[in-house]
Amino acid sequence: MHELSLATGIVETVVKHAEGRRVTSVEMRIGTLRQVVPASLEFYFGICSRDTVCQGATLQQEIIQARVGCRSCGEEWELYEPDFRCRSCADTEVEVIAGTEFEVDSIEVTEESAIDQEEAGCIAPR
Amino acid sequence: MHRTKVKVAEDALDANTTIAEANRHDFDHAGVRVVNLMSAPGAGKTTLLEAAIPEVDARVGVLEGDVQGSMDADRIAHLHVPVVQLNTDAGFGGECHLDANMVRSALPGFELDDIDLLVIENVGNLVCPAEFRVGEDARAMICSVAEGEDKPLKYPLMFRACELVVVNKIDLLPHLEYDLEKLRHNLESVNPGAEVIECSARTGEGTRAFADWLSTVAAREAAAV
Repeated sequence: MHELSLATGIVETVVKHAEGRRVTSVEMRIGTLRQVVPASLEFYFGICSRDTVCQGATLQQEIIQARVGCRSCGEEWELYEPDFRCRSCADTEVEVIAGTEFEVDSIEVTEESAIDQEEAGCIAPR
Repeated sequence: MHRTKVKVAEDALDANTTIAEANRHDFDHAGVRVVNLMSAPGAGKTTLLEAAIPEVDARVGVLEGDVQGSMDADRIAHLHVPVVQLNTDAGFGGECHLDANMVRSALPGFELDDIDLLVIENVGNLVCPAEFRVGEDARAMICSVAEGEDKPLKYPLMFRACELVVVNKIDLLPHLEYDLEKLRHNLESVNPGAEVIECSARTGEGTRAFADWLSTVAAREAAAV
């Protein structure tokens, strides 16, 4: 249910970096600990991107598997259930190595600015 | 049509984080510590604050976040502490959380020099509020025993975001098939370092411990921004 708020954040970030150019694709890196539902995020991205330079852009989501490590015994493992105690020594000093990402990794833009294209009446059909 | 790839590598909630840092700067400048209090709807955030605030050893202000209405702020106002109600219903169906910008918009409603501790009562929701920092020093949550022992496992994002988990409504335990041990076990697995306070805001049992925790936060040194 938090995908709407998250999609708004993506659009804001992408618009800032697009600098007026039309965006055709957005690549995200998303950790499993963020509990994001990919289909839901894609749906809300479609809604939030309307009337922005991201309208019609595809959203690619690279899912980063949560990985944790024990500070006590050094054991490292991938986390599939929310159990943050060390699976080897049961210590509670476990740190998250990966899995909290919610990052716009890159965007693909077309060189002509979206505004110029509209003025010239030559927007490519989507 | 020529396409160019642009490297961004930026957190998608960076805009919120920037405003949260600005809030934090203003709080630090005024010597105000801030607690972000979160829970599911109906867990007892306002009732717990009503019970605890009179016992807190600091000058407290409260920012009430709700989708609609000023019922909570009206209740807190009876304690004669500064309170501001923030409604989030201007947006699409009403935002389900407070973000840094909403909190920033409410700050002019407070004389920050007149308080030591600002408690931000977030919108009742176990998901979105965990994603948005608002400039707080500490994050705390309430889970009531009416909600079930499995909640830490279902909402690990929220339970991991908080340094304190208040287990409320323990006066209801005789009427429920609720296993406190199981909750403690689930909490321990999701957020092993979290402090836990068991209380009943209704009877007052254990609420002093929450008041003391708030006093401790109010006395903290400002963390480097």
